[in-house]
Amino acid sequence: MAQASLPAKSMRVGEMGLMAAMAGLAAFSLLVASKAWTPEYGFHAWLFVIGSVAAIGAIFKYYSSRPAETPQMIDGLPNYNYGPVKFSALMGVFWGIAGFTVGLLVALELAFPELINGLPWTNFGRLRPLHTSAVIFAFGGNVLLATSLYVVQRTSRARLAGELAPWFVVLGYNFFILIAGTGYLLGITRSHEYAEPEWYAILWLVVVWVTYLLVFLGTLWKRAEPHIYVANWFYLAFIVTIAMLVLGNNTEVPVSIYSSKSYPVWSGVQDAMIQWWYGHNAVGFFLTAGFLAIMYYFVPKRADRPVYSYRLSIVHFWALIFLYIWAGPHHLHYTALPDWAQTLGMTFSIILWMPSWGGMINGLMTLSGAWDKLRTDPVLRMLVVSVAFYGMSTFEGPLMSVKAVNALSHYTDWGIGHVHSGSLGWVGFVSFGALYCLIPWVFNRKLYSLKLVDWHFWLATIGIVFYISAMWVAGIMQGLMWRAYTPEGFLQYSFVETVEAMHPMYVIRALGGGLFVLGSLIMAYNFYKTLTASQTEEVAGRPALAPAE
Amino acid sequence: MSTHNIKVDDHTGTATTGHEWDGIAELNTPLPRWWLWTFYACILWAIGYWIVYPAWPIPGGFTKGMFGWSSRNEVAQNVAELQQLRAPGVAKLQAASVADIEKNPELLAIARQHGGAAFANNCAPCHGAGAQGAIGYPNLNDDDWLWGGKSADIQQTIEHGIRWDADKDTRSGAMPSFGKDGTLKADEIKNVVQYVRSLSGLPNEGGADLAKGKQIFADNCAACHGAEGKGTQEMGAPNLTDKIWLYGSDTATITNRVVNGGGGQMPAWTGRLDPVTIKALTVYVHTLGGGK
Repeated sequence: MAQASLPAKSMRVGEMGLMAAMAGLAAFSLLVASKAWTPEYGFHAWLFVIGSVAAIGAIFKYYSSRPAETPQMIDGLPNYNYGPVKFSALMGVFWGIAGFTVGLLVALELAFPELINGLPWTNFGRLRPLHTSAVIFAFGGNVLLATSLYVVQRTSRARLAGELAPWFVVLGYNFFILIAGTGYLLGITRSHEYAEPEWYAILWLVVVWVTYLLVFLGTLWKRAEPHIYVANWFYLAFIVTIAMLVLGNNTEVPVSIYSSKSYPVWSGVQDAMIQWWYGHNAVGFFLTAGFLAIMYYFVPKRADRPVYSYRLSIVHFWALIFLYIWAGPHHLHYTALPDWAQTLGMTFSIILWMPSWGGMINGLMTLSGAWDKLRTDPVLRMLVVSVAFYGMSTFEGPLMSVKAVNALSHYTDWGIGHVHSGSLGWVGFVSFGALYCLIPWVFNRKLYSLKLVDWHFWLATIGIVFYISAMWVAGIMQGLMWRAYTPEGFLQYSFVETVEAMHPMYVIRALGGGLFVLGSLIMAYNFYKTLTASQTEEVAGRPALAPAE
Repeated sequence: MSTHNIKVDDHTGTATTGHEWDGIAELNTPLPRWWLWTFYACILWAIGYWIVYPAWPIPGGFTKGMFGWSSRNEVAQNVAELQQLRAPGVAKLQAASVADIEKNPELLAIARQHGGAAFANNCAPCHGAGAQGAIGYPNLNDDDWLWGGKSADIQQTIEHGIRWDADKDTRSGAMPSFGKDGTLKADEIKNVVQYVRSLSGLPNEGGADLAKGKQIFADNCAACHGAEGKGTQEMGAPNLTDKIWLYGSDTATITNRVVNGGGGQMPAWTGRLDPVTIKALTVYVHTLGGGK
């Protein structure tokens, strides 16, 4: 700490620049707040004012407490920057529980539609995007930020590039989540699935995301290892492609800078095609490539085994990123989309099956020689089961993209079941497994209880089984009822009869979701006890943190 | 690829690539054969599919595939098949009047099938799956009709709707908003509401003056609802004496109706449903139990 008072310390260009930019943003937001057309948009402008003023204060506080020079190495070991990792890991836990709970609420609203009546903020139409965005972009996004900023440092043997920039990324990203989420509740939406945030939230996100890319590339640039580890290829593919997708799908014109509303440049079937090019690749590059990166670091690390096949990792990586980008049209089978585009979407989805499974094979086979650890280590078990769910849903996906199957499954709850076997089983479990490793590592604490991880594992696993089997039954039944004709050529069932028939399945689904939420609460308790425990555990081979932190 | 750090893994007997990141090494295992062959098979299947079906955009259009298949043609074909399946019944319904259909058990069965399916998919959202109605949406099983329960009345209602401005033949006429437009004062409304309740034997709540209520009713309500409150179907004015309530019989609900007036809407179905389906729907509703 003595270093902090050395007279040589002066403000860095980045610190001054960011403070100036934040001051400019605060002034501009104040102008927008005073002229906003709607109180909802005005509220968001005020959030920007408060956020940017708080940022100026935080930068100044950071400047006052930091040493004049941040050492890149301490005692011959890299001085890793864990602050932003810790923040986004904890935000991941927070948003996870929030997102799962809202999911449970909307599941209950579907089973019991009159559960919450008359309060517009809590109707299904507003809560549903809150749920999907909270689990995908808030929970998943923070886990990706935390793990990527950790993994890129460790596997490059280099401190993160930039000092303020990584903090700007994690704080700025969570500010985006705040704007997006409160917007849904207030009725601000683009009405594009998984792409609901309006233009000003997206503009902010683009600034944050480009900074993220630069931090990531800068750290790779500084690496002390001759080669770039496979997890970092996947992270990089995720960061670059998400930027491209968000820009493509948000090509839109705001009505005014004083209005939250914008209109997309595309219309009709072109808008639909761009939307599902975005939507499917959000699955491919956010929920698959990003989380495969997590798998590629945490599974071999936790199992203490070498990765099964380097060659498979190369081939399946390039095949995956080349092929995924074609698969979007399978979301638009039997619509106004031209037949040839539907064919390409379907056939590339089938070709994508093996490249997807390459990741599963590398994940599972890395366990060879360490399978016995599954008995004793519930964290590793969680990681392995996540890979199994990944394999299952990446088989189911190509299957559902086949037009004959899609004719039955499309618009039914089978789709919801498919998404949740991927999101609860794969994304959820690989995230939990990574957090159970990462949080003790970066905070230098011993995980409070493996027994509680075991409880989390079993509750969540049973919950997922309830959830996806209920949705399979509901979806296939719904599809069959929709297409049932009497011998005289009339529809056998009305829509409402299909809804009535699905009610028991909806109740079972909510029960499964409840178990999943319960498991995540146990995880939060486990982390709380881990972080509040008095003793710190020196983890072998991990350098002490820099004094400034 | 550097070779100096290559080790052989004890468990698998496979060599590593010689790289290590944060303690993680990679084995130099070849691609699993089954994986590779399945990958090739999927690619071959896709190529085959591209040959058979429309697949690739080319200048001036797209490759049409071997059989010129198109999803538009497939839909047209499916619709034609369905129409063919329905054709015998449709022809019989077309040839007969509603009255004839209801007299002939075979025709009645066909019409109720056709009409029942149409009802479930078009009418049930408001009137209920069993036509039992809901608040503001009449029950169609009973013999209390707002706009008439003869089959011609029912057909007219289905074809042109109720208070459906887009259709010039729609049924119109709405209850005035006696409270909102100041026609009646609060105590007058209180008296007339309790008088209306008394018509079906409901108790006087809040000590209203029923005699005054009766006079107010005669002056303001009787023109549509009739002197005895039995309603007028030409105007869609409900019978107030039969204990069947569209919105509810409690004081608050009736007060709300008198204060705010207005009435519900029903879409006109001409143009959305074909004439045979409307005829079948008429038979279906007329024979639910309360048809006149």
